[in-house]
Amino acid sequence: MKLRDIAHSRTGDKGDTSNISVIAFDEADYQFLRKHVTVERVRAHFGGIVTGDVTRYELPSIGALNFVLTGALRGGVTRSLALDAHGKSLSSALLTLDLPNRGSE
Amino acid sequence: MRTTRIGAGAGYSGDRIEPAVELAERGALHYLVFECLGERTVALAQQARLKNPDDGYDPLLVARMRAVLPVCRANGVKIVTNMGAANPLGAAEATRTIARGAGLSSLRIAAVIGDDVLSEARGTELALDIGGTVAGLGNRVVSANAYTGAGPIAAALSQGADVVITGRAADPSLFLGPLIAEFGWAVDDWPLLGKGVLAGHLLECAGQVTGGYFADPPYKPVADLARLGFPIGEVREDGDLVITKVAGSGGFVTAATVKEQLLYEIHDPARHFQPDVVADFSAVRVEEIAPDRVRVTGASGAAKTGLLKVSVGYRDGFVGEGQISYAGPGAAARGRLALEIVRERLALTGVCMSESCFDLIGADALHGAEHGRDHAPYEVRVRVAGRADSFIEAARIGEEVETLYTNGPAGGGGAWKATREVIAIASALVPETMVRTAIRMIES
Repeated sequence: MKLRDIAHSRTGDKGDTSNISVIAFDEADYQFLRKHVTVERVRAHFGGIVTGDVTRYELPSIGALNFVLTGALRGGVTRSLALDAHGKSLSSALLTLDLPNRGSE
Repeated sequence: MRTTRIGAGAGYSGDRIEPAVELAERGALHYLVFECLGERTVALAQQARLKNPDDGYDPLLVARMRAVLPVCRANGVKIVTNMGAANPLGAAEATRTIARGAGLSSLRIAAVIGDDVLSEARGTELALDIGGTVAGLGNRVVSANAYTGAGPIAAALSQGADVVITGRAADPSLFLGPLIAEFGWAVDDWPLLGKGVLAGHLLECAGQVTGGYFADPPYKPVADLARLGFPIGEVREDGDLVITKVAGSGGFVTAATVKEQLLYEIHDPARHFQPDVVADFSAVRVEEIAPDRVRVTGASGAAKTGLLKVSVGYRDGFVGEGQISYAGPGAAARGRLALEIVRERLALTGVCMSESCFDLIGADALHGAEHGRDHAPYEVRVRVAGRADSFIEAARIGEEVETLYTNGPAGGGGAWKATREVIAIASALVPETMVRTAIRMIES
């Protein structure tokens, strides 16, 4: 199962920092997301894209996680050479994250 | 309990125009807000104003005002916008000219000035988020604008303004200003101001809360995006909020669209720093109460910091770029060969770049080679970009890509090149007492 099967996501940018939300389609899946979509897994998934810290904020009231990635926009939106200087497409990369099937838990 | 209806007529400078007209005509609005300033937009506008003192406001201001002023006057809808950019007074005067041309007399237009702190900041030891100080940037600094709050916007509305035009006001403040003016909210009622910031935050990107930037079929289909309706916030005197849109317009408002926008450009949801309050979104609840009606509750806030963020624009060299496409069998291999040829050519001809990137669009341009490794694209686009100290040097990059036509791999097509000066943005924090805003009221 991919993260995309149970969650949706949007990326925002401020300077050289990207934030990527992970929102359960069904709020009942929040604890499952919280268990499997960890700081360590997100950092490993993005590999060299993120040069700074990865921080996770938890929002149980809406069944969502918010990841903040510093040093993720190649110097920041206003000066980056990147094709996607805002990092808008990073949410789509995160949604390819592999998750265990819930039945196997 | 009293309720006010605020529509969002634009979520960025280049946004569509007709959804705002639809809101003004059929939204039963009290206020129509246009958020049109990005991080860098004020710096670019400052450049425009240096060339022409009458310029420096949003390039689409005239088109937007022509489209909405008559219907807003007819329906009693007040307009608030940051389209003043680097010249709010110039924008107010342009708006007055449009009003007079449309036969609208006695329209009161307020310009909020004072966000421009370039003369106070220039040459100082003010620390920047990128490291170093404003003084360290020397004469590369082109602008410094403080994110101002809701206070002057509310004051202008209370003084009877029909249209309020600001420069670098914080985006949510464009919405919080009308709420303070409408309900007389105390400027130190932090939980209430936090609720107002949430309303502004959800509305400020316009279509991003009504199904825009959301579609991902088949998981998240959205109907009628070509006719996307822009949002309306129904805000109650106690800060209770419903997000909705004009019936029959495209898109939809659901719990999911609201949640995505709730976290957009948020770091710590418990501490969202704004000029007027530190908003707390960490316990917000989102509830679908009817089709296209989502109730949002639970926002709060804590005392403001007394510091304002300042965006400092500075010249940061030149970027040159070139692109060319390859297709069919072996497209990716030819694209990679092309990249190697350009890399070698730039070295051979001594083009001096402080930074460069060599992308194969279709394979590795967005997320690096790792994510696209199992994928053999039918077509790819070579992209080379680099930073240099001069325009002429930067232009060499695109020229080298273009020469792939007759000198590179077989079948390259659609070459394109561009060179631009970079105005980058750094940010700093200043005491709010350093920023003195004022209101200039004019009438058509």
